[in-house]
Amino acid sequence: MTRHSPAMPAVHAPKPKRRNLLADLVRSREATLFVVLIALVAATAAVKPEFLNLQNLRDVLLNVSIIGLLTAGMTVVMLMRHIDLSVASVVGVSAYSVGSLFVMFPHMPIAVAMLAGITIGLAIGAVNGTLITFGRVPSLVATLSTLYIVRGADYAWVHGGQINATSLPDAFSRIATGSLLGLPNLVLIAVVVLFAMGVYLKQYRGGREHYAIGSNPEAARLAGIRVERRVMIGFLLSGAIAGLAGVLWLARFGTVEASTAKGIELQVVAAAVVGSVAITGGVGTILGATLGALVLGVINIALVVLRVSPFWQQAIQGALIVAAITLDTLLARSVARRMMRKRDHG
Amino acid sequence: MAKPDSALALTKRRHLSWETMLVVVLVLGLILGRVLSPVFLSSANLSNMLADFTEIALIALPMTLIIVAAEIDLSVASVLGASSALMGVLWHMGLPMPLVIAIVLVAGTLAGLFNGLVIVRFNLPSLAVTIGTLALFRGLAYVLLGDQAVADFPASYTAFGMDTVAAFLPMPFVLVIIGAVVFTVLLQATPFGRSLYAIGANPVAAQFSGIDVARTKLKLFMLSGAMSALAGVVYTLRFTSARGDNGEGFELSVIAAVLFGGVSIFGGRGSMIGVLLSLLIIGVLRNALTLSDVSSETLTIVTGGLLLSSVLIPNLVARWRVMREKRLMTQTLI
Repeated sequence: MTRHSPAMPAVHAPKPKRRNLLADLVRSREATLFVVLIALVAATAAVKPEFLNLQNLRDVLLNVSIIGLLTAGMTVVMLMRHIDLSVASVVGVSAYSVGSLFVMFPHMPIAVAMLAGITIGLAIGAVNGTLITFGRVPSLVATLSTLYIVRGADYAWVHGGQINATSLPDAFSRIATGSLLGLPNLVLIAVVVLFAMGVYLKQYRGGREHYAIGSNPEAARLAGIRVERRVMIGFLLSGAIAGLAGVLWLARFGTVEASTAKGIELQVVAAAVVGSVAITGGVGTILGATLGALVLGVINIALVVLRVSPFWQQAIQGALIVAAITLDTLLARSVARRMMRKRDHG
Repeated sequence: MAKPDSALALTKRRHLSWETMLVVVLVLGLILGRVLSPVFLSSANLSNMLADFTEIALIALPMTLIIVAAEIDLSVASVLGASSALMGVLWHMGLPMPLVIAIVLVAGTLAGLFNGLVIVRFNLPSLAVTIGTLALFRGLAYVLLGDQAVADFPASYTAFGMDTVAAFLPMPFVLVIIGAVVFTVLLQATPFGRSLYAIGANPVAAQFSGIDVARTKLKLFMLSGAMSALAGVVYTLRFTSARGDNGEGFELSVIAAVLFGGVSIFGGRGSMIGVLLSLLIIGVLRNALTLSDVSSETLTIVTGGLLLSSVLIPNLVARWRVMREKRLMTQTLI
């Protein structure tokens, strides 16, 4: 009887349509960012055609690679309604440590340098994760504390010292200067890591669990997800990426000191938020976060090319961040409302 | 009927015990200071110590209210910088000093209003919005003054930053005392203050119980903007220098002080007395360590350690208690 009920097809009919809409929505959030990015580049190039030269492109990519990596790590953490403010301090201490390792062992292989940076990041990530999962300290408080403690320890250790590009082996500097198929090595490293992170978050069970925890922590727990373990992994990932970013920072800039990368944590959070990673958890992709970092990076360079006074640059960036957050939320809400109406009346 | 009463009593007792602990830490800090340096308790040093955290304290007062209501304002230090820059520009335009200060305070309030409007109107998380305005207001500070500094303020006003009353109380600190009294009464003894706890504990329930949540939040952010602007004026006069980068990074120090005072980052819990004690402790420890030649950067380790232990230690103690109770229960069952 129920099998041949005429109501059945009526219930089923709108389903594929709804799925299309959902797919459109997912696509549209990244697509919107992509359109913004293209529009930015086009508008700048229209005013200053010389904007589109290889040197500028290289600069944008090199600058964005490091911030983009950090934003990806931040995304994993933000998906679970957490935040990691300690990343800038980790970048600083990793860059200086690896630099001093090079001073001590000038012939250290590059792989060892990277491993050293990642290990430092993992260690601080483990501290953050333990404080948050075992100590039940809110992540904002825990990582704000480790931001201070790691940076303070950095200052106490470095004491006004500095690592210069001259003490770095050429092979290491080539991470930033050398290129493969026209793309700087540093950018390639970032792309590989970002791609791996994207696949992990999208395709793997563990990756999906980050979303589940952020959407509804209680439901995730009841569904049998080991929330503590997943949160721990998130902070380990964020720490490891920050450690790697420190090594890349050293290769890119050559000169590092105790205050290296100070304050970039808020830039990273801003890039994630512009890339429509929700600060309230459960929503966001690596692609979106990377596009967010790219948009902010392109704006930075475009303002320089357009000869906008450097004093205006930060104000314009700030205004754009506020606008991006507002528009993104309004857009997401109007789509959600439309879907609700469709469900109610469809 | 009895249940909420006892729950209230319980939270009250917990707060009192945290504040008692802060008093103990403060006394220990004072003893440590005296041991480390004989000049620690001299009136000149006390005066320095109190003057040094004027700005942080002035901003921490409204920040306490905001965090109790489960919101946050990261733009405070940028409002301080923008106010300082605006002060320099207006003074160079030849306006009289009282008018300059009045305009700066109004501008700060408007900056707070902007934060509040975006947060309330679009129902956005304050953490995200104020990260944006952190960049925006700091940017406006640079637009106003570039990398210039204005230092030719009239001596009668800059003296305000150095004068003392009653031998050792610096004038700016008198502002802190007045502010502390006003904000303590506001948070602990007015319907407005009580409504903040309700909003922080459960905004939906607060709305249904007749509290205009949106309006209250708007007021909070305006208050925060105004106090940050006041801190900007004091900072400028104290250092006789209006610069766009004044107070950069203060926001995290302010939040650390508020949280160390026992205010929950999730809202709904905390007291002004706790925050005031926390400010005093941080001031005393920093001063004591500076006197014994510990570098100011290393002091950030102390700030971080205090902040962390303020949340971690009570949590671990609670965990240990639960574990012990469980063990006792199983023992009695057997």
